[in-house]
Amino acid sequence: MDQDYIKQRLIEKFGEAVTGFESPYGMLTFEAPKEMNLKVLQFLYDDEHLKFRFLTDLCAVHYPDNKGRELAIVYLLHNLVDNVRIRFKVFSPINEAGAPYTADIYTATKLFEAANWLERETFDFFGINFVGHPNLKRIMNVEEMDYYPMLKQYPLEDQSRVDKDDEMFGRGGSVI
Amino acid sequence: MDVKEIISEPQSKQQETFPGHVIPTQGGGIITSTIQDVINWARSNSLWPLTFATSCCGIEMMSVAPSKYDFSRFGFEVARASPRQADVIIVAGTIVQKMAPVLKRLYDQMADPKYVIAMGACAISGGPFFYNTYSVVKGADHVIPVDVYIPGCPPRPEALLHALITLQGKIKSGLTREQIKANPIQL
Repeated sequence: MDQDYIKQRLIEKFGEAVTGFESPYGMLTFEAPKEMNLKVLQFLYDDEHLKFRFLTDLCAVHYPDNKGRELAIVYLLHNLVDNVRIRFKVFSPINEAGAPYTADIYTATKLFEAANWLERETFDFFGINFVGHPNLKRIMNVEEMDYYPMLKQYPLEDQSRVDKDDEMFGRGGSVI
Repeated sequence: MDVKEIISEPQSKQQETFPGHVIPTQGGGIITSTIQDVINWARSNSLWPLTFATSCCGIEMMSVAPSKYDFSRFGFEVARASPRQADVIIVAGTIVQKMAPVLKRLYDQMADPKYVIAMGACAISGGPFFYNTYSVVKGADHVIPVDVYIPGCPPRPEALLHALITLQGKIKSGLTREQIKANPIQL
């Protein structure tokens, strides 16, 4: 089962809805509208040739400059019979700051038991509301936390620090 | 006088030998001492550590146990997995905010007298996670009182041995936090 076959089957089934086919680092990647995430996952799961029945990982990415498509939810699926992996993305606009959730996505917990904890983790760090999740609460951070720490408005590190500049390691840098 | 000077003072015989004086008599001798010194001496030579390793410092702590470093030479051989049976908690690693209540609870469950060693940069101050973190407690002493700090990231096994011996000295001198709380002394 090669990537062209998977791509052909997806286009046969969903037509124009599945887009953005590419294969970075050799893994087939594509995207679909966020309302269709369960339909695509169900098709990949049920099809007797595709058999993507193992959810390796589920995570989110925040692209603050990508207007209207700020949040990506990434599903990494594995066909354990033929040992084939694919990456499936849906994009969502982000809600206004101050809203209780940043986005709403249908939950995959009915399809994959593994999605339960992975979606809780994604909710914990990105604030994505997985509609229909049986137990959507924080899993890694303390329950009192009132923000979603992996969003890009929280900087990775104090930008005023100079002790990690390249200058300090003898290879140029911005400190003169 | 500084606590550090008292416990490293060479003339304080408490460090090396049984605390007390031998009065020679016919057929042997009589030892005189205070009961407090004898208790401290006994306690300091049988400290059972609680295995509490939350990150890479735990690997160094484990390597102190087997034959190459062998902390049983100093009386620490019985590492306990239960706080009820432990005397000293070695906080070996990062304490995240979700772990902090667990650490406090383990400390509260330990029987008196109890002592705390903060091992490594994370347990001292949060270490490499000091700046801009959303999850790390900036030092175990925000949660429980610490007797001995070991710098390093992670510290060498020799540093942990030194800290354990320092703790013994502190106990023999009656200068751990718990002992000072029970019997306030004038330094």
